Amino acid sequence: MDVRAQLSMVFHLDKCIGCHTCSLACKNVWTSREGAEYMWWNNVETKPGTGYPTLWEDQTKYRGGWEMKGKSLRPRMGRRTGMLTNLFFNPFLPSMDDYYEPWTYQYGHLFTAPQADDQPTARAISKVTGKFMDVEAGPNWDDDMSGSSVYARNDINLSELTDAEREALFRLEQMMFFYIPRICNHCLNPGCVGVCPSGAIYKRAEDGIVLVSQEKCRGWRFCVSGCPYKKTYYNWQTGKSEKCILCYPRVETGQAPACFHTCVGRIRYMGVLLYDAERIEEVAKTPDAGLVEAQRSLILDPNDAKVIAAARKNGIGDDWIASAQKSPTYKFVKQWGIALPLHIEFRTLPMLFYVPPLLPMLASTQNGSYDLGNSDFFGNVEKFRVPMKYMARLFSAGNEEIIKNALKKLLAVRAHKQAQSVGNLSVEKASASLAEAGCNADEAEAIFRLTALPRFEDRFVLPPYHREEVIGLDIEPIKQMGQVGLGFNQPPRRGP
Amino acid sequence: MLETFLFGVFPYVATVVMVVGLIWRYTTNQFSYSTVSSQFLENRQLFWGSVPWHYGIILVLLAHLVGVVFPDGVQAVNGVPLRLYILEGTAFALSLTLLVGLIVLMLRRGISANVRVMTSPMDVVLLFVLLAQVVTGIITAVFYRWGSAWFIQTATPYFWSLFTLSPKVEYMTALPLLSKLHAINFFILVALFPFSRLVHMLSVPLAYLWRPYQIVMWHRRQTRDRVSGL
Repeated sequence: MDVRAQLSMVFHLDKCIGCHTCSLACKNVWTSREGAEYMWWNNVETKPGTGYPTLWEDQTKYRGGWEMKGKSLRPRMGRRTGMLTNLFFNPFLPSMDDYYEPWTYQYGHLFTAPQADDQPTARAISKVTGKFMDVEAGPNWDDDMSGSSVYARNDINLSELTDAEREALFRLEQMMFFYIPRICNHCLNPGCVGVCPSGAIYKRAEDGIVLVSQEKCRGWRFCVSGCPYKKTYYNWQTGKSEKCILCYPRVETGQAPACFHTCVGRIRYMGVLLYDAERIEEVAKTPDAGLVEAQRSLILDPNDAKVIAAARKNGIGDDWIASAQKSPTYKFVKQWGIALPLHIEFRTLPMLFYVPPLLPMLASTQNGSYDLGNSDFFGNVEKFRVPMKYMARLFSAGNEEIIKNALKKLLAVRAHKQAQSVGNLSVEKASASLAEAGCNADEAEAIFRLTALPRFEDRFVLPPYHREEVIGLDIEPIKQMGQVGLGFNQPPRRGP
Repeated sequence: MLETFLFGVFPYVATVVMVVGLIWRYTTNQFSYSTVSSQFLENRQLFWGSVPWHYGIILVLLAHLVGVVFPDGVQAVNGVPLRLYILEGTAFALSLTLLVGLIVLMLRRGISANVRVMTSPMDVVLLFVLLAQVVTGIITAVFYRWGSAWFIQTATPYFWSLFTLSPKVEYMTALPLLSKLHAINFFILVALFPFSRLVHMLSVPLAYLWRPYQIVMWHRRQTRDRVSGL
């Protein structure tokens, strides 16, 4: 057993209101620089939808993540030698058109325009060329299903649905959607690291944050294709790749990352998970249907004496172990099994987990009348507005049992609280619901409390980093803002 | 007198500039030690420029290097006319390929507004110096046939005389003007090397072929155990 610690994350999608506050917090802190304007280390997508960059989930196009070749696991981009032959032109690289061309507006014109018959306007100006441009796409162009004929209908996760099922999804009175905020997953088996020819990307052993060394990066851009979540970005101005750094300068000083801290819906949780690094490769090779379970088995019980001993042996301090024991993510992911990884079939073993949204059928139209007669509260999982096939494609590599179990438990918690506090549901019915979900009243209560009533310190259980013990406390965030990340003592100007 | 300078002194000046320049740039600004790829900004024309250019130039450069390092081998190969024709034919086809690539790359820099933004004056200089190099090389190959045969009688001993610090300028002064230009332009490229995006040649990531896929870095451990695979 090779125990390591990982700063892991849970996003509760039922609580996400799609306000993009997280995206803006991140943008303001990290990516408001030349060359980085188009990057959204944190973005929020509407599902169904094609996302940002467009169709990022389509690995036949971008070749991200890992695949099984015989008995070995290798990057979907191909053999190492084959990859190096693509050094001069990466055929799987998304270009700026797949994201969007960043722009601003000619605001000054509103003040300086000469007197004329018409109101002056502020035309769009490209942040790349500085010339006037026609805006054709943006990072959240498909928000709330806008342009759904172009975006939502082309969501590749819908591919296994029948035509009738798909059409039903887009009928106005049945339309459903939900939001997925996405940041770097800080994977256990990161695709970006695996394909970086320069060896510039690495995973920090102590907390699992994945970073790009700006000094070592030579701008081959393979990480951009190799990350199946498209969460490494190429800075066209500096010629280097950049990605979410999980706000490590904040985390190291005991503050939650900017996107977590600002989350209006309070959907985000952060905590330490202990995992067995020895088994990463074995787990990543598990057949699709078993991947979620296999990843769960990789996460170790921080209260187990054997795990604690092995963790100590690996240099994990008692304060970190204590932090892992209080971790909200451990509860969501392992104890309750209601937080699931996004697209684990990419085999990078993401360490960001999502509590899937409930999209129950509350009413139906029958014979032209609106029928609210659904007597059993939120109904059951089979009658949800969202097809389980679709949810399984997103959150459990196609295994419908796993997503159903998670949703059943979430339903049961609601039924339990409904019976308890509103009384419109009989206690028997609530208990039956709990029993069906393999849950008990205490667990339902705990899930309810951490979902609905968590305080700041319940949501973010950050381990102490002991920055005071680290040599080189020369980081000055204000002075270095706008440079390439922190800890880089020279402005990112390119040489001749 | 001029030729003595150009072939006897300038090569050394260019080499010193290159070595000192490379060390200076690597130590003061490792961040800039790469080419600035513009594939993200323009993705279609690049394929038709970059791929033929890079594969062509790598092979043609290697062929020159083989001529300098293994002149006897080249002579042996060229002993049979058919082999000479095949060698020269291949080299000529490659040089036309890389010329096409280079022209596409130059046009692309001019046409694409996005790429123009990321074009420095040095990029323009470099492209024209490279074009001059390719064109003088190709014309030499056309007008002064069987370069692979006379290269090893002239350029090879000249290079070796440079290496042994006793430059024999007469090998070069005897050559036609185009070949002289080709040689001088080569040393201009050598001098430009550290100050242009040519430095990316030194960052060819061959180590990728044998490193483990995953890189894990321990911050609390020192030096020896710091970096490990999975």
